[in-house]
Amino acid sequence: MSTAPAMPSGDGLAVRGLSCRLGTNPVLQSLDLPALPPGHVAALLGPNGSGKSTLLRSISGLVPATASMLSWNGADLRTQTAQARSKHIRYLPQSLPESIHLTVTEAVLVALHAHGALPSHRALDRADTVLHELGIGHLGPGYLDELSGGQRQLVGLAQALVREPAVLLLDEPLASLDLNYQHHVMQLLKRLAREHQLLIMIVLHDLNMALRYADTALLLRRGALLASGAPTSVVSPANLADAFQIHARVESCSKGYSNVVVDDLIQL
Amino acid sequence: MLSAVPAGGPAYRQRQHRRSLFMAALLTAMLALACLDLMSGATRIDVPGLWRLLLSTGPSDPTMQAIVWHVRMPQALMALLVGAALGLAGAEMQTVLNNPLASPFTLGVSSAAALGAALTLILGWRVAGIPADYVLVFNAFALAVACAMMLDAVARRSHIGAAAIVLFGIALVFTFNALLALVQLMANAADLQDLVFWMMGSLARSDWNKVAMMGAGLLLVFPFSLRNAWQLTAMRFGDDRAASFGVDVQRVRRNALLRVSVLAALAVALVGVIGFVGLIAPHIARRLWGEDHRWYLPASACVGCVILIAASVASKLISDQMIVPVGIVTTLVGIPFFVVTLMRRRVL
Repeated sequence: MSTAPAMPSGDGLAVRGLSCRLGTNPVLQSLDLPALPPGHVAALLGPNGSGKSTLLRSISGLVPATASMLSWNGADLRTQTAQARSKHIRYLPQSLPESIHLTVTEAVLVALHAHGALPSHRALDRADTVLHELGIGHLGPGYLDELSGGQRQLVGLAQALVREPAVLLLDEPLASLDLNYQHHVMQLLKRLAREHQLLIMIVLHDLNMALRYADTALLLRRGALLASGAPTSVVSPANLADAFQIHARVESCSKGYSNVVVDDLIQL
Repeated sequence: MLSAVPAGGPAYRQRQHRRSLFMAALLTAMLALACLDLMSGATRIDVPGLWRLLLSTGPSDPTMQAIVWHVRMPQALMALLVGAALGLAGAEMQTVLNNPLASPFTLGVSSAAALGAALTLILGWRVAGIPADYVLVFNAFALAVACAMMLDAVARRSHIGAAAIVLFGIALVFTFNALLALVQLMANAADLQDLVFWMMGSLARSDWNKVAMMGAGLLLVFPFSLRNAWQLTAMRFGDDRAASFGVDVQRVRRNALLRVSVLAALAVALVGVIGFVGLIAPHIARRLWGEDHRWYLPASACVGCVILIAASVASKLISDQMIVPVGIVTTLVGIPFFVVTLMRRRVL
């Protein structure tokens, strides 16, 4: 387990001294993250209100934040607006609104066209390609408001991927998905990170998913980094007690996957 | 970055083709209703008669020619233009405020414009060298913008939900209507009669000059709306997601509300307060054309045209004795629609 090692501003995402206030409430307090290189899946863990979503929104420029360093591949992000950052950083909020009467193809085209025109035939080809890559090409002509929650989540992912971002910031993408879709999405993200050298930061509440799929885990508590490193070292009984106020064990199953078993709540 | 390109375009293009056909059908209906509107009134005209009057082929009554060209034609064109303006304004408002109950009428923009116009009428505000109609429009616009910016300020607060925006809009409607009542109290009998008739929303005082003003306003605004079509579509996914797509959310919302203010101010200043067209038209357009704003915005405008020209025809057919102000017709039709929308969408 390590807490915020010193880090050169080379490849990948560099975050140092990141602070963010929402109103008068200091949500993030001089947060330092370890080096997050391209091709990695970093799980963002922590109890409710620990600042996970705010961290993603700060990196994408959606909320004002201060930092001594915030860069991607050496390029300073602090001087860039949210629009400028969106060229290489894509933030995906929790879920797509339910009541949008757009076809799936149009929903993906929007993500391509909203920041500038692309010839329509090329845009259509790209939208189709991404949808097929995610295994939902057949949904293209269907309407968003007729899809299941899991299908809509995949469409949201297609929107994020269609402009070939370098960094994907996903805020609880597994929320409201059934078990099948949860694993489908995580396997997909893992593959995309490897194949396209994407850095994926993903907020997860399911610690077992983090243990199984993440390369790095970042555990937040009250706006500060409690622990970071390999998921098996971060998700430890001591850290779980500290962050979540629970007595828990981490055990390996017969297939070698680590799982968190909660014994009891810590009585305060 | 991504692998093979599968063919998925045909379904998309087929849908676009179907939407074009819907639009052609709507435009045909609009044209037919416009002809019906020209034929309706105290003196009815048959189809061959209208044909002769419009194309000046064969003998025709000079009085009827004057009625058609100087009374009914400006009224019909004004119905189409105001309907388009209100439909477009409603569509943009519903998108940028992310609220299916938003329209210039329901959230107070029309009431604010009405107050600006009423103050000009009653207090007799004039600017030397500028026609009175322009001063009226400008004052209506000034208050409409003030109202739209207040809505913008409320909508920008992230914790404010759709319900709060509607409630704030209703508060604005009541406030501006109370001030309007105060203005009425100050008016003399002749002005008061004018004001009351105008507040009902009527096409009866349309003339070619007003048609030109409304047309110019629409021509000015519509290209900017279309230019923002993708950004507006993106905003349907919420502010955060739209910003992540690279949309400058604040700027798009502010500009859209400015356009709404121009359209609502012109409509109110020229024909009075006409309710519910801006609410109903976007809902119909959304169901038939979807929410790709390249289609949704022109479709909302066209549906607005059809609603108002149909209301104009209905207002002439309700009674032989008088032409009912068109605002009364749209309100009577609109209220049940408003209630049904409220119940079905569970917005509150």
